[in-house]
Amino acid sequence: MSVTTPDTAGMGAFVDDDGAQQIYLAAKRRMMWRRRLLPIAALVILLVIWEISVIAFGIRPFIAPAPSAVFKVLVSRFDILMVNLLPTAIEAVSGFLIGNLAAIAIATAFAYKDTLEEAFFPIAVMVNTIPVVAKAPILVLLLGNGMEPKIAIAAIICFFPTLVNMTRGLRDVNPQQLELMHVLSASPREVFQKVRLKNSLPYLFSALKIAASTAVIGAIVGEWIGSTQGIGALIIQATYNFDSPLLYATIVVGSVFSATFFGVISWAESRVLTWNVART
Amino acid sequence: MALAAFDYETREPTAMEGHSEAAVELTQVSVRFTTERGTITALDGIDLTVRKGGFLTLLGPSGCGKSTLLRVVADITKPTSGSARVLGGAPSAARSRRDIGFVFQDAALLPWRTVLENVTLPLEVGGGAPGGRARNPHELLELVGLAGWEKAFPHELSGGMRQRVSIARALISSPKLLFMDEPFGALDEITRDRLNEELLAVWERTGTTILFVTHSIYEAAFLGQEVLLLAARPGRVKELVPVNLPSPRKIAMRETPEFVSLVSHLRRVLETC
Repeated sequence: MSVTTPDTAGMGAFVDDDGAQQIYLAAKRRMMWRRRLLPIAALVILLVIWEISVIAFGIRPFIAPAPSAVFKVLVSRFDILMVNLLPTAIEAVSGFLIGNLAAIAIATAFAYKDTLEEAFFPIAVMVNTIPVVAKAPILVLLLGNGMEPKIAIAAIICFFPTLVNMTRGLRDVNPQQLELMHVLSASPREVFQKVRLKNSLPYLFSALKIAASTAVIGAIVGEWIGSTQGIGALIIQATYNFDSPLLYATIVVGSVFSATFFGVISWAESRVLTWNVART
Repeated sequence: MALAAFDYETREPTAMEGHSEAAVELTQVSVRFTTERGTITALDGIDLTVRKGGFLTLLGPSGCGKSTLLRVVADITKPTSGSARVLGGAPSAARSRRDIGFVFQDAALLPWRTVLENVTLPLEVGGGAPGGRARNPHELLELVGLAGWEKAFPHELSGGMRQRVSIARALISSPKLLFMDEPFGALDEITRDRLNEELLAVWERTGTTILFVTHSIYEAAFLGQEVLLLAARPGRVKELVPVNLPSPRKIAMRETPEFVSLVSHLRRVLETC
């Protein structure tokens, strides 16, 4: 990002050349707008094609509603959509926090004690291979019909990728950095805080970005199995009632939430990993 | 506990250090590594003495154990047999007193720290620099020609600049010994030449004992007061060549007949290693 420009301005290798700088910045701005506007333009074109096809081929709304019909539902039934988004959001965010905090704690324990990792890591990998759809009914049986099983499913779905990535990030440290810390007689705690933890942050954030969208999926899948409210429940109801415009509107709301969640994590990443940003 | 390493009770008496003029003493040091493919003898019965304030360059073909030798005296690798003494005591004691500075092949900077934070890292960990030996990081960055780059991150620097940061970091706690493991191996020749001259200037100003591993004959001859030639498989001492070049040395000196004949002697010995 452009954050480093004022810092580097005083450094020997850089020469002030306003003209060249202007041209460079203008080209950079153009590229940025291109990257933003092109996908939006493509989306608009796709929606227009969809709308025209629905009208031209006379497709009935319950099979595939036109974008305009979906938009109308988004506006007219906004309150119902929001009432159902709230529990899903609470479940996804709580599950995200619980699952990731647990994963970070356990990865830290693994980093300190090899025996723990050797004993439990293979089990973690095995549990991770059970599909969510198979785990969900078991958790509903265990935890009942409230929000708890949904939070648990979202947490479990977040837990494993973060555990695997964080463990790898804490372990895969440049050996020379570890030898340096040894020459400096650093304690295990100092090695953890000053080297391993920092080294794991890029790994952690890539896991958190995956978890941000999968936590929402976990909550929705949880709601499919016995729930009266939430995005998942609304999807099931709309499907059974052949209310396709509502179904599509629900999916849009779910996706927007998921994308926002992802965006928040990406923003946090760019704030935390300042040393990593300029490289990409 | 990690704190035990900083127990100054276990320190060798200072008087002893004063008596011995040797900075590094190796007696019959051997190092063997065992893997699935068998046992490798990296070092075989090395005897070596480096006096205080000396500059020894270690030269040899790859696999001759020159890096291993450096790692033994820096207490990174333990010798399988024989004894290594640093400043009259165990290498581990010298390490925990912060008498050792180590410069790694690839600089080993922490990418999430700025230049200044990398240089001051040794003051933050392992109890910091003992008793007022911490040097001013800004002066050190000035010394290695990086004044003004304090806030830059390692990825913003060139390879040569990164290596200079790591030299400044190694010097921050005023070590009595500086061990350098092919520090300029990855640099272009012009940068390497300049850093060689700068390193000699630092050595003359600080009086630090330096052990410097290289695979460049020119670098070994230009920097060293002595050149230790090692032979490979197993790693052993081939010859210790004294270098009698006037001081201060400048890169242009490499065209003098003395330097040329020294280099050709080193090359001849190296070919038999």
